[in-house]
Amino acid sequence: MKSKHLTACGNWFINRFPLTKLWNDHMAQYYAPKNFNFWYFFGSLALLVLVNQFVTGILLTMNYKPDATLAFDSVEYIMREVPWGWLVRYMHSTGASAFFIVVYLHMFRGLIYGSYKKPRELVWIFGMLLFVALMAEAFMGYLLPWGQMSYWGAQVIISLFSAIPIIGDDLSLWVRGDYVISDATLNRFFAFHVIAIPLILIMLVFLHIVALHEVGSNNPDGIEIKESKDPWGHPIDGIPFHPYYTVKDIVGVAVFLFFFATVIFYMPEMGGYFLEHANFIPADPLATPEHIAPVWYFTPFYAILRAIPDKFAGVIAMGGAIIVLFLLPWLDRSPIKSIRYRGGLYKKAILLFVISFLGLGYLGTQAPTAGATIMARIFTAMYFGFFLLMPIYTRWEKTKTVPKQLTNQPTIEDRIPGWVDTAKEMVKDVEVEKEGQTVRQKRPDAAGIGKVLLRTAKKLKESLD
Amino acid sequence: MKKLLQICLLLIPMTGFASAGISLDSSDIDLSDKQSLTNGAKLYVEYCLGCHSAKYIRYLNISDDLDIEQNTVLKDIAPEGAGIYDKMLTAMNGHDAKKWFGTTPPDLSLIARSRGADWLYTYLKSFYIDAAKPLGVNNAVFPDVGMPNPLWQLQGEQVAVFKKEHGQQVIDQLRITEKGTLSPEKFDQAVNDIVNFLVYASEPAQVQRRSMGKYVLLFILLFGIIAYLLKKEYWKDVH
Repeated sequence: MKSKHLTACGNWFINRFPLTKLWNDHMAQYYAPKNFNFWYFFGSLALLVLVNQFVTGILLTMNYKPDATLAFDSVEYIMREVPWGWLVRYMHSTGASAFFIVVYLHMFRGLIYGSYKKPRELVWIFGMLLFVALMAEAFMGYLLPWGQMSYWGAQVIISLFSAIPIIGDDLSLWVRGDYVISDATLNRFFAFHVIAIPLILIMLVFLHIVALHEVGSNNPDGIEIKESKDPWGHPIDGIPFHPYYTVKDIVGVAVFLFFFATVIFYMPEMGGYFLEHANFIPADPLATPEHIAPVWYFTPFYAILRAIPDKFAGVIAMGGAIIVLFLLPWLDRSPIKSIRYRGGLYKKAILLFVISFLGLGYLGTQAPTAGATIMARIFTAMYFGFFLLMPIYTRWEKTKTVPKQLTNQPTIEDRIPGWVDTAKEMVKDVEVEKEGQTVRQKRPDAAGIGKVLLRTAKKLKESLD
Repeated sequence: MKKLLQICLLLIPMTGFASAGISLDSSDIDLSDKQSLTNGAKLYVEYCLGCHSAKYIRYLNISDDLDIEQNTVLKDIAPEGAGIYDKMLTAMNGHDAKKWFGTTPPDLSLIARSRGADWLYTYLKSFYIDAAKPLGVNNAVFPDVGMPNPLWQLQGEQVAVFKKEHGQQVIDQLRITEKGTLSPEKFDQAVNDIVNFLVYASEPAQVQRRSMGKYVLLFILLFGIIAYLLKKEYWKDVH
């Protein structure tokens, strides 16, 4: 085709579809703050992982059999006989864990920079709905390999419905389609995992992004860039998303893929956290595994469930742990968005929250001993305390003055020389006798490490004020 | 901050929890050692396949992955009458097995992924005479296992030496009382070969996966460098 005809073809299309407008509104003329830092990579990475899950998931369905007698074998068939099947399967299973890693970091970004606050409450709500849909997607997908952990994990979680008074037993029966997890459950979970929830996910991603682009992105300073504009009506501190953030996000993609590929090719089981050891045993309704633990990304919530002595109360607490996240925009009463200008009280609260979340996550992977249960209760109290006491302590905090315009902070590139110097400070040259010759070797230096630790501790203390 | 410190202190004793039971010996897994894998496959067919299938492996896979001629596989490794496309199935009837052992012997294709190589290695070496058990043997790693020691001719017979710990009898060590056809070192080597084979059988793609991983990472690294330079170029004019 001649280029003239090609242009005519393109024009025909553009006259009938607002492609140019869409591109400009969301990419080329969507102004994003120019000071996005490390934390701002995870939104685009979540989108990348979503695409990865779709593509590999479609390929997996081509050989997977959603049938209780065939499912486990069909997964091994994919792993062994389907050309590149092992790669597709590991991309999907590692992708599931990667999804939660990037989403948790993405949510944490929102937490520290106040991205959930007015006018972005709806962006946060859509994001939270995405998180819930993602958990449902992961939970149902985990049943499909039909291993022991798939089976018993699903058994434990669905039996939670039966803790609901009056309708509980009938409800869990209705969800399972049988009295135990069975072929009927596998089939419906397959339907939800491959079509129903993916559709919801896509729709929510669309809403999440549309809502975000309507109000504009927040930034590490928590300043509305739309408030100071140049004569052409563009935010002074804004830059077009394309090409600036597309090329920047590609760097993030490369770094992410490096870690992602390392896991896929060298440690796909991730020590039993991404693919649990017991899941290599086919599901057996008659043999309960010694220790049932959900996959790592559910363990904080699972630990909350186990921390509460009463089953129904535990279920409510677990649900409540997610519901309080939805309420975050209204629990936080501080007028300041970014952690950079918030008071020490809030910073300490966030630190305690992070400790409690990681602590719960660890405890959820472990067998419940008496000591662990006490710890889990303390962490659960900290978790809920962070949210439920927020309306009180966010009023007390002494905030700092927020600048009018974005500030310049050192980028990762700027910081690297400093890191190198710190690393150098922690080693010293030692002369060692080797095969009769004196060789200079680098050894860790206790005094240097002590100095660095002390400095880090001081810095940490200062940053919490 | 005080609360924080207390929590950290409370966490310390929790790190040393998981070390109960007998400690595992370390196996020496090397999937590039084709000789060990071949010997492991042979031993598996001779001593394990009688009861335990490895149904996800075909004799053809062994021929392809271990670089052995198909005829040699059929002659030296596969049981008599097996074809090259056959899966490693057991001749034992599951119904009978359940009657004899109280349970159907599990398929072992994936056992190395669910139990781990060191566990298998130690387990296979840890059978000891225990007259109280129906089969006359017990296992130090898997107490009350419903399985006889398949390698007793090679290993000989072992008894357990007990010691008291916190008022409970625990196994201190296993001592060979009757010599087998192999010396202890040769026996360890044989068990290691079986475990090596089982590790291979649990995921035949792992050799390919590890060998291609470095090229993938190298590609991503180059891609990352170019992406970084591109970003730097574009961002020159952002101040």
